[in-house]
Amino acid sequence: MWEAIQSNKRRSILLVSLMAALLVGLGFAIGGFIDPRRGPIGGVLGALAVWGILWWVALLQGDQILLATAGATRIEHDQAPLLFNVVDEMRIASGLEAMPEVYVMEDEVPNAFAVGRPPRRCAVAVTTGLLRLLDRDELQGVIGHEIGHLKNRDTVFMMLVGIMLGAIVLISDFFIRVRWAPRRRSRDDDSGGAQVIFMVVSILLVLLAPVLAQMIYFACSRRREYLADASSARFTRYPEGLASALEKLQVSQVRRAEVNRVLAPMYIVSPVAVASAIGLYSTHPPTQDRVRILRGMAGGAAFTDYEAAYQKIVGRGACIGQRTLAGEGAVDLRKAGPEGRSKEETVRRSREVSRMIGRLGNLIQMTCPCGVGIKVPPGASFETITCPRCGRENPVPKAGPTGIPQDAPAPSLPAPEAMRYERRESGSWESFRCACGHAIQLAPSFSAPHLQCPACGRTIEIA
Amino acid sequence: MSGTIILVVVLVGLGLVLVIALATVAGMYNGLIRRRNEAKNAWAQIDVQLKRRHDLIPNLVNTVKGYATHEQKTLENVIAARNAAVGAGTIDDKIKAEGALTGALGRLMVVMEQYPDLKANQNFLALQEELTSTENKLGFSRQAYNDASTQYNNSLEVFPSNIIAGMFQFKPSTLFEVTNEKEREAPEVKF
Repeated sequence: MWEAIQSNKRRSILLVSLMAALLVGLGFAIGGFIDPRRGPIGGVLGALAVWGILWWVALLQGDQILLATAGATRIEHDQAPLLFNVVDEMRIASGLEAMPEVYVMEDEVPNAFAVGRPPRRCAVAVTTGLLRLLDRDELQGVIGHEIGHLKNRDTVFMMLVGIMLGAIVLISDFFIRVRWAPRRRSRDDDSGGAQVIFMVVSILLVLLAPVLAQMIYFACSRRREYLADASSARFTRYPEGLASALEKLQVSQVRRAEVNRVLAPMYIVSPVAVASAIGLYSTHPPTQDRVRILRGMAGGAAFTDYEAAYQKIVGRGACIGQRTLAGEGAVDLRKAGPEGRSKEETVRRSREVSRMIGRLGNLIQMTCPCGVGIKVPPGASFETITCPRCGRENPVPKAGPTGIPQDAPAPSLPAPEAMRYERRESGSWESFRCACGHAIQLAPSFSAPHLQCPACGRTIEIA
Repeated sequence: MSGTIILVVVLVGLGLVLVIALATVAGMYNGLIRRRNEAKNAWAQIDVQLKRRHDLIPNLVNTVKGYATHEQKTLENVIAARNAAVGAGTIDDKIKAEGALTGALGRLMVVMEQYPDLKANQNFLALQEELTSTENKLGFSRQAYNDASTQYNNSLEVFPSNIIAGMFQFKPSTLFEVTNEKEREAPEVKF
């Protein structure tokens, strides 16, 4: 049942072999071009060494590098209980050996990805935009998809292939530089012809290999997306959750240039491709198809149901391997979760996410009795802060990053006697002295009705 | 002379076949053990989640008490159901008691909807999230246990691993059936 890994194995091995052949061929041709006699073997060894070093780095640090590139922050249960619980739920449903680390990216474009090598260390990362947009069932579907990637060992495989792609690109770049550098030309007359052949082959390969490798890389990733969708439906028993999440995600994808193309296949919906770019270059299958397949799973949540829907919608080939399908029994669907998505609920969820972002940045968060939420940067030295709306003085709580006093008492500190300052309406900078003697400058753009003397904390009314 | 060479070749060949056969048997045996352990681990998860639910309930009741003063009876029912579930001995008793607890909790959650003050309480919201998630985890761990058991049971039946299973007397794992379909869902309450 969980041997979905094997269903893709043969195809994956073929693709990886192709990629490896490209890498070795590239090394061979470039080596031969530099020195036709001993070069080819040296070139192959060199290419493999580049790949080996990259792979070694990736094994040691790969997931951390990816998470750092994406700007993800690790969170614990108390920082985002809902997200953490949903990941745990899906971990249990999938039977994954260890709890993945949970990361949040501060980004309003909703998306998610998974990295790492289960069972040793793996992680799931989601953007704050995703948390704001989805309800619990939908979030469960998305996390189920990511856990499906981990469970099917897609993250490891994509890293392996991604590293090969990286090596090929690196070697091609290297060649383009060496090509113009002075090189040791063989004095042997026989090798002249061979060198020309090597040169032609190298130039061809240098131009073609990165493109071919990228196509292979993307072909690998597309198939795996379907499989992860099927896994998600199987874990959650509720394909509608993922289907409706995918719809929402597709609508809100803004084309982002800064997302690395090599990173792109890892996200749940492709962050780089525009909707029309479906073909050899897209990392993800078309979202409409994915949604239609999920919605077409009428009978149940089993892999067999997904396969039936897949063949109906896509019409060709098989998505899931025979061995996996053979071991599959009937799996019932479940009903939608109890959580309705009222407007009130949406607002509450959005506020929670904002608070979470604040907690991540260690901001001190408080609510003024007039209802305005105030965030204070960590390490602020002042004791009270003036509410920008009502001008009330609020004591800054000393509690750490998590304390959110709901019913903050009205401040009881005796505020210094307030004073009033009449503006001259000159339209330029003005300066005046506070009653304590501190000089205050007013910018022409200053428009608030109050301001606080930085020296004595007195509230000054600006008229 | 050539006779000894043939003998050596035959012996080496037999040795190879034996080694391969042993490796295959060992592989299948390990596979069965792995699947059985997966089922066992999944079963342990159910207990973890039940324990978590029992731990959460006193907290929840304490938070609710201050707001929902008219719901003394519902709260008492929840506490009674929780204590019965904690004290349940046999597996059958446990399943029955946990079902009753699910029902009592469901009724409590419906009643809570009528107290807007309570729904604005951060502490209550946090507890509610934990409880919802624990219920989900309970469901998912049952599901995972059944999945793992089905897979293990299948491998006991299919050729060739059934031979190994017979040889080492692997027992099939029983599935977790919720006897009463209604227990699976939170009960609806009519007013």
